[in-house]
Amino acid sequence: MLKDATAIVGIGETPFAKGLEPSECQLASEAIVAALADAGLEPSDVDGMASYTMESTEEVEVAKNIGAGDLHFFGKVGYGGGGGPGVVGLLAMAVATGRCNVGVAWRSRKRGSGQRPWAGAHAQVTPASAWTRPWGLLRPVDEIGLLTRRYMHLYGATRDHLANVALAVRKHANNNPRAIMYERTMTREDYMKARWISEPLCLFDNCLETDGALACVIVRADRARDCPHRPVYIHSASQGLPSQSEVMTNYWNEDPMRGPAWTCAEGLYRSSDIKPEDIKVAQLYDAFTPLVLLSLEGYGFCKRGEGAEFTNDGNISIGGRLPLNTSGGGLSEAYVHGFNLINEGVRQMRGTSCNQVKDADTCLVTAGEGVPTSALLLRN
Amino acid sequence: MSSEMLLPAVGENEAPFWEAAAKGELRIQQCAGCERLRFPPRPMCPRCQSTESTWALMSGGGTIYSFVVPHPPLLPQFNDLAPYNVILVTLDEDPTIRLIGNLVDQVGDKINAVDPSSIELDKPVQVVFEQINDDIHMPRWLRV
Ligand SMILES: [Zn+2]
Repeated sequence: MLKDATAIVGIGETPFAKGLEPSECQLASEAIVAALADAGLEPSDVDGMASYTMESTEEVEVAKNIGAGDLHFFGKVGYGGGGGPGVVGLLAMAVATGRCNVGVAWRSRKRGSGQRPWAGAHAQVTPASAWTRPWGLLRPVDEIGLLTRRYMHLYGATRDHLANVALAVRKHANNNPRAIMYERTMTREDYMKARWISEPLCLFDNCLETDGALACVIVRADRARDCPHRPVYIHSASQGLPSQSEVMTNYWNEDPMRGPAWTCAEGLYRSSDIKPEDIKVAQLYDAFTPLVLLSLEGYGFCKRGEGAEFTNDGNISIGGRLPLNTSGGGLSEAYVHGFNLINEGVRQMRGTSCNQVKDADTCLVTAGEGVPTSALLLRN
Repeated sequence: MSSEMLLPAVGENEAPFWEAAAKGELRIQQCAGCERLRFPPRPMCPRCQSTESTWALMSGGGTIYSFVVPHPPLLPQFNDLAPYNVILVTLDEDPTIRLIGNLVDQVGDKINAVDPSSIELDKPVQVVFEQINDDIHMPRWLRV
């Protein structure tokens, strides 16, 4: 059983910025060394590593740089922003089963200063894109925009609901000195006047473009109790790739609104003592605001079609039913394929968040809806 | 629209679609074993696991499931056209089969010619084909 068998005992990250000087390898190494120091462990203790398939820094290079010991486990999880909690879940399995004892997970990315991933010459990364790009459906924002408009049409969601997400998350970033948008407040009027990127989605429905790296350290629960910080247990971990689904262009099944979150949630709660009604804070993957609405439904916080309504009345802000993305998330803290959501989940469980949710004893962390996805339930 | 436009990748899975399109026909891959339609085309039927398939002729009718109106930054060949429409059409024959396309008022119109505020979901459309070169005839859609 994975349940509570492992814990995250260290987190580390570099500063976040639109353009950072050091290489992705250096940023990765710095984040991992910081996470190990936070855990009270030495780089030479590391014997397991996990990251995303899209990670450009390889285990061999990172391990050499940080001075890791002999590695007995290394693995990767695919599908970009669908990966983060999946990476931690994979590593937790390796630690829980004894394949390795001290595992580090990381993501390092210079998205802010590099080329946009969709801008490659023909960008034919999946067979499906041959059926979408030639008609001008080019970017992730276009692909999610299609689902968003259908969602609005079916359930009466409006731009005001999407704004609820952008504004709540921005407000959280305004309390977080590490956040790129720390000093930039946003009003509903700012949101409504923002330029279109792909109607019905505007600039503020989109995540940031960020350089930065983050890492966390996982050990077995017995060892975690000897580490300096309160252990943050991995209570449940799950992945979801629904039958007949597609990456981003999930248009070829009966019900595109019932996306990977639903499948992932089923696995997550199946092996969990914690149910949606017990969860007091969540970090929901927010590359685009509508993904948050879909995730609220998929992970069981409201019924189908009620995700938009759920964002009203301060429900997703501090003091509300389910404060979301309390560091500012991908929309307003940093967009590093969702790894900042994991570290913020750990801070909430330690009681050290800039937007600490009182008495929070469990936190849901999710990866991207719209792609094969993953999620973690953390507890303290 | 010029020769620099983004052309569809045509491999062995996709070729029959484009061969039919060049004849003005909308054809979708169909399992030779259990007759299930499937899209995007691929080697095996997910229902009966047959690797034999044919290409069934569609009526060309569908309804608008959704649409977006992209604005820059885009690839250069689309930046000049923006804002334009991209629609997702559910085929009349099978609600799980949807095609990405563009709404136009007549064949040969640019994909930015239709006023986006006039596009409505669930409205019927009919396929037409715009010849791009000898091999590629792109499906576009007219309102019925
Ligand atoms: Zn079949």
